[in-house]
Amino acid sequence: MTERPIVIAGAGHAGGAAAAFLRQYGWKGGIVLVGEEPILPYQRPPLSKAWLKGEATAESLALRPARFYEQQKIEARLGQRVVAIHRAEAEVELASGERLPYHRLILALGARARALPVPGADLAGVLALRSAADADALKAALTPGAHLAVIGGGYIGLEVAASARALGCTVTVVERESRVLARVAGEALSAYLAEHHRAQGVEILLGAEVEALEGRAGRVAALRLKDGRTLACDTALIGIGAVPEEALARAAGLACANGILVDLAARTEDPAIYAIGDCTHRPLPLSGRSMRLESVPNALEQAKQAAADICGRPPPVPEVPWFWSDQYALRLQMAGIAFAPAQSVRRPAAEGEGFAVFHLAADDTVLAVEAVNAPAEFMAGRLLVAKQRQVPAAVLADPARSLKELAAGQA
Amino acid sequence: MPNITYVEFDGTAHQVEVPVGHSVMQGAVENNIPGIDADCGGECACATCHVYVEESWLPQCGTPGEQERSMLGFAATAAPNSRLSCQIRVTEALDGLVVRMPEAQH
Ligand SMILES: Cc1cc2nc3c(=O)[nH]c(=O)nc-3n(C[C@H](O)[C@H](O)[C@H](O)COP(=O)(O)OP(=O)(O)OC[C@H]3O[C@@H](n4cnc5c(N)ncnc54)[C@H](O)[C@@H]3O)c2cc1C
Ligand code: FES
Repeated sequence: MTERPIVIAGAGHAGGAAAAFLRQYGWKGGIVLVGEEPILPYQRPPLSKAWLKGEATAESLALRPARFYEQQKIEARLGQRVVAIHRAEAEVELASGERLPYHRLILALGARARALPVPGADLAGVLALRSAADADALKAALTPGAHLAVIGGGYIGLEVAASARALGCTVTVVERESRVLARVAGEALSAYLAEHHRAQGVEILLGAEVEALEGRAGRVAALRLKDGRTLACDTALIGIGAVPEEALARAAGLACANGILVDLAARTEDPAIYAIGDCTHRPLPLSGRSMRLESVPNALEQAKQAAADICGRPPPVPEVPWFWSDQYALRLQMAGIAFAPAQSVRRPAAEGEGFAVFHLAADDTVLAVEAVNAPAEFMAGRLLVAKQRQVPAAVLADPARSLKELAAGQA
Repeated sequence: MPNITYVEFDGTAHQVEVPVGHSVMQGAVENNIPGIDADCGGECACATCHVYVEESWLPQCGTPGEQERSMLGFAATAAPNSRLSCQIRVTEALDGLVVRMPEAQH
């Protein structure tokens, strides 16, 4: 019997990275990377940014060129969907009926765009953005003069709004909450971004809920809001978050709670099965909490955790969760997670027009930083969060106090 | 194609050919060389592609931009010859370049 390979289900950012790390860490056996999409692992971040604006190519989206997989002896099985996990036999079943035995299974299934449960959501011109194919459809619709309605003021929605403005579209963002990025950013950043988008000509409706999408000849023509207003559009982008792909794990009896439950080595409760990336719900070492993170840095960190555990290597150093976003000429960089901050303090960037907002716990521990065109402040903030430094708000707000010294613990 | 040598923190050296126009970061990623994480994929947003450029090669690598300088100022193990490898474009003039990796990128 030939040795069983490691099977990676899901050939996205996390799955592709796990395959690469397994080889880096010395796994000599087979690696089979099974993905539903027809293309090799690629980067999603540019889909709402550079790629949408026509500033990136398919080649530059790819995480690694095709020859990489040959050279590293990673068998990529693309366009194939995993439909079941047979834990007793240690096999996965593909849609074709074929079964692949595994030594270890890594679930890297990602997440899918959350559907909007209102009438008309199935009309033509109602789009979501998760995959390169989605981005193709969106790009085709964003012709100059087109009217785009973005439903949901999250990162993807706002990035698409910015890119659509650059393409000459009219853009309206409809957000149910009282501010954009309500789930993921502090109030100061939300307010700043909403203002910036408005200054760029985007109409932003807050506290506005979509009741239905109305069509003409099968294609979306307007949004109807709960307050009775209607809003004409020729394309609607639904950007109301993502739902983890956990059905396979659930059906196989693995514990899931808004994501497949894993530990800090990316292990599920089955010692032969790991889960990584957007499909997981994971512990966060610094805060002692657990949550689902949707970011490339998280996908890479968990890919390392799983590969290290499988290869018997020490686990990677825990990372501070972080994220970036590009909108217009704004580079946003966030690190840490501001669970119920006691205080938030703004500090101007040492260079240029940017600023950073630091979020502090009641005992002055730096929980998170949000930086807008302030890369040095972001880097310093990330260090402060990692080291769990306590810094009084007044000190952080004082541009005369050196962040370098604060990060080094000298001030 | 220019040859670039990447030296891991433990001294392991990898000499590879990197196409002109690629970044030094891409050269490492496409050859699965450990030690360069490149979380942001070359957007100068993460500083996880930090390398030390051998002194004699610094001029050929061009001058770092403002964003890169700001990020490097706070990289945990930055030195005067630190660069973000995603911001170094490979040219024929970089044939023979040697870069070293820090102990960790985070
Ligand atoms: C438009 C957009 C912009 C983003 N911008 C940023 C950003 O600026 N910064 C950042 O950090 N993050 C960003 N993200 C998030 C980031 O892309 C994700 O966190 C990352 O892709 C997660 O990697 P993953 O491998 O877990 O999931 P994915 O990359 O989604 O990969 C999962 C793969 O599994 C496949 N799959 C699912 N089910 C099956 C099955 N049953 N069988 C076989 N294959 C299956 C899917 O088709 C998919 O290819 C963005 C995401 C999007 C969509
Ligand atoms: S790859 Fe992120 S800064 Fe170079």
